[in-house]
Amino acid sequence: MNTILQQSAADLLARMQAGDLSAVEVTRTFLDRIHRTDGDLQAFLLVDDEGAMAAAERVDERRARGESLGALAGLPVAIKDVLCVRGQRTTCGSRMLAAFRPPYDATLVTKLRQADAILIGKTNMDEFAMGSSNENSAFHPVRNPWDRERVPGGSSGGAAASIAARQVPLSIGTDTGGSIRQPASFCGVVGLKPTYGRVSRYGLVAFASSLDQAGPLARDARDVALLLEAIAGHDPLDSTSAPRPVSPYASQMDEPLKGLRVGVVRSHLAEGVSAAVSSAVEAALDVLRSQGATLLDIDLPHGRYGVAAYYVIAPCEASSNLARYDGIHFGFRTHEPDMLSELAAERRTAGAEFTESALMRLYCRTRTEGFGLEVKRRIMLGTFALSAGYQGRYYQKALQVRRLIRQDYDQAFERVDIVLGPTTPTTAYRLGEKLSDPLSMYMGDLFTVGANLAGLPAISIPCGFDDQGLPIGMQALAPPFEEGRLLRLAHQYQRCTDWHTRRPKLP
Amino acid sequence: MSTQPYEIIIGLEVHVQLLTKTKLFCRCSTAFGAPPNTQTCPVCLGMPGALPVMNRRAFRLALKTGLALECDIPRRMKWDRKNYFYPDLPKGYQISQFDLPLARHGRLWIYDPQDRFPPRPIRILRAHLEEDAGKSMHDEAAGQQDSRIDLNRAGTPLLEIVSQPDLRSPQEAKAYLTELKLLLQYLGVSDCNMQEGSLRVDANINLHITTSSGSVATPIVEVKNMNSFRAVERAMEYEAQRQYAEWQATGLTREQAPKQTRGWDDQAEVTVAQRQKEESSDYRYFPDPDLAPVIVDDALLEQTRAELGELPAALRERLQRDYQLDAYSADVLVNQGRSLVDYFLEVAEACGDAKRAGNWVQQDVLRVLKERQMAIDRFPVSASALGDLLQRIGRGEIPSARGKDVFQRMLDHGESPSQAVDALGIEAVDEEAVYALCRELLDANPRIVEDVRGGKTQAVGALIGQAKKRNPNADPATVKRICLELIQRASS
Repeated sequence: MNTILQQSAADLLARMQAGDLSAVEVTRTFLDRIHRTDGDLQAFLLVDDEGAMAAAERVDERRARGESLGALAGLPVAIKDVLCVRGQRTTCGSRMLAAFRPPYDATLVTKLRQADAILIGKTNMDEFAMGSSNENSAFHPVRNPWDRERVPGGSSGGAAASIAARQVPLSIGTDTGGSIRQPASFCGVVGLKPTYGRVSRYGLVAFASSLDQAGPLARDARDVALLLEAIAGHDPLDSTSAPRPVSPYASQMDEPLKGLRVGVVRSHLAEGVSAAVSSAVEAALDVLRSQGATLLDIDLPHGRYGVAAYYVIAPCEASSNLARYDGIHFGFRTHEPDMLSELAAERRTAGAEFTESALMRLYCRTRTEGFGLEVKRRIMLGTFALSAGYQGRYYQKALQVRRLIRQDYDQAFERVDIVLGPTTPTTAYRLGEKLSDPLSMYMGDLFTVGANLAGLPAISIPCGFDDQGLPIGMQALAPPFEEGRLLRLAHQYQRCTDWHTRRPKLP
Repeated sequence: MSTQPYEIIIGLEVHVQLLTKTKLFCRCSTAFGAPPNTQTCPVCLGMPGALPVMNRRAFRLALKTGLALECDIPRRMKWDRKNYFYPDLPKGYQISQFDLPLARHGRLWIYDPQDRFPPRPIRILRAHLEEDAGKSMHDEAAGQQDSRIDLNRAGTPLLEIVSQPDLRSPQEAKAYLTELKLLLQYLGVSDCNMQEGSLRVDANINLHITTSSGSVATPIVEVKNMNSFRAVERAMEYEAQRQYAEWQATGLTREQAPKQTRGWDDQAEVTVAQRQKEESSDYRYFPDPDLAPVIVDDALLEQTRAELGELPAALRERLQRDYQLDAYSADVLVNQGRSLVDYFLEVAEACGDAKRAGNWVQQDVLRVLKERQMAIDRFPVSASALGDLLQRIGRGEIPSARGKDVFQRMLDHGESPSQAVDALGIEAVDEEAVYALCRELLDANPRIVEDVRGGKTQAVGALIGQAKKRNPNADPATVKRICLELIQRASS
């Protein structure tokens, strides 16, 4: 097997810097891999062979000339299709934006370009980041590389699958209620959601503005650190971006775990969680203990309201963020001649009582045709929860619960440095299994929504497999802006375990 | 006012565009008159992924206004999303302020130079900072029913200022607008140009009718589409009469009918009912999660207060108190703006005679500015030069009759007073010379002397004309006095 595909991004970078490997070779290798495997997995919505090879050539040329290059020079990075890349189709997994080409780059994309990363393509996702299985993509679902009849997780299903399948060494996902961590867990890779405000949201197509964060996925902690350093930082174009300097994460990971206080919520390892998951996480705790960490029991009493609060706040914000998709200025618009004749026919039958305007019909048809079921569901939920007479009971109440959830974590972090538990209650389920039961799919977000509601950094780390060979992930949370601590935990854990090195068998 | 059987109740909602170079949340230009959709960017177009960043200057201008209107300013401010669908609102929501506006509970004093109502304070309910929507033009030419959307205006910073319904007449409404506009111009907050849309007015009006069983309120009507202060006054006059007539015909009161919207038709001079909205919109206001709240501390308030400068009301008072101008003159000057007032103050200091300075600035300077459509900063005669001229007139160096000639010369040739005086050959004429001149005139005009002796004193006017021809420097009043004196002497 080609060693390029086996190696970490950090190692590939070192080899390119040493002149042992060219960016062109690296990029070519991954492009070939994508073309060979993606017909089946469908992790990508767009692969930019030409652009990627041209960028790789430029990197090699500049390196040959002795120019100093960016921190990711020559490394292919896949970008979830929710981030704007100038001139390149950015669909958000939706028919609404199927032909949309943004006239600008997201700040994150600009930073990747400045780091001389190779933008290799856009990954598949649940439509507008709404979903936990990548089955809500308007185009096609993504298959879990470990078992192609199963979901990779979502909404960053393509991002996680592409790492697991070794289609790219580095991937960017986004996380609003668990959308980086849950697919990372289902696919056996590392995925990190940064502190809210750590990474710019400018150019990240908004789902829920107070919850969204973009973050790195990769095979191990070191690679995740490398990518995080490149994309983090204050952005004057994003008013919610934190004016704090970026920590040198990669250099913070070598400190041993001795003395690290790890908090565990016992009920998170009890009922509701599959036996395989809880035993894998218990085993991981043993490893951490053996590395010198101290384990303490903690409680997050309001955690059980997390899913309810999240599934009020996120749809409320989404109902407003998605109002711009109205067929007027950009994106999909319903077929007007059909619409007008449909309207005229109705007017003829209904007579004088007919008051609907062409504009109203344009909005309705465009949004009915352009949006998928889950998006519509959440827009309706959110509109309802913000409406007069209900806003106090739902939206305001959810905000209050949110504050209590944050307080739980603040109090916990007075006693512990890390909160640890399973990322998801189960391993990957089958395609189609939860489609008719949205609520049951929502419940899978049980452990992940807390970090978004509280704005805290959180990471999912592979920690085992179930008896069907499906990956299991554990999740660690830290106080705000302590990504370094999470990466250190992951790296030290990965120094004496090998879950993260396992790869699915692919044709 | 007390002869009509009702009281008119008016509240005004004014939207002013703030005088910033760029929009409220992005760096696009706010300049008026550009070709459609050329002053746009991903942010004000509401493109996917775009985010708002607050314009600091707009915020400061809004804060200044709140303080100048004597409002309470909250210490922590947030912005809310007002959600609705319309093609000129690209995001599908407008970023505005709902329940915590930037300024609340202030007031603006109004007064009438013609004294039709006594000076009084009108309460300001609130003022808040929001973004403007784009413009939609309905093109119904040639059977087309297209709408054309221009988003140049989308995202422009607006201050919405809402008064309490304290105004009691169309004249008061006009006075409120006039005073508000003056204040905003003095603050440098807006140029308040209704033609360019930088000031828009909507009015809410109803009547309290006195009946034998007490006071009855008619339904409230919102009036839109008034494009000048004069139009506001006329629309309010029309609407009051219309509402009274309607009440007499239908007896409908405010409790019985919903709020109506009517548009003012300036050509026909009537208000016209606009289509009733299906149901009152639920805007689902919630705090915009893309904007961080702003903390306003004492230091910021003090600093902003210090930047207010002298406002029109205070300035009017100072001109009357320290410069002995009458209320009317003070008003005329202040209404022209701070630059003109500064000009006047400099002239007054230079010549030491505020009254004379006031007259000259009001009459001669303003006349020229109006004729030449120019602002005071382009006026060819500097304040010090005019002050110099007026001082010389005051000292008698220049006969007051010739003063205007000198001024005209300074205006046309850019000369200083001395140069102009020399060019015109003006000299002070002493009384001896006037006596000599008058004796010559009397000798040459025996008929006029006879007439005057006979009682027709006015006849002396002809002599004044002749005197002016022979010696333009002779002061007509002096000539008249001396001629009459000589005629008197001779006859006695």
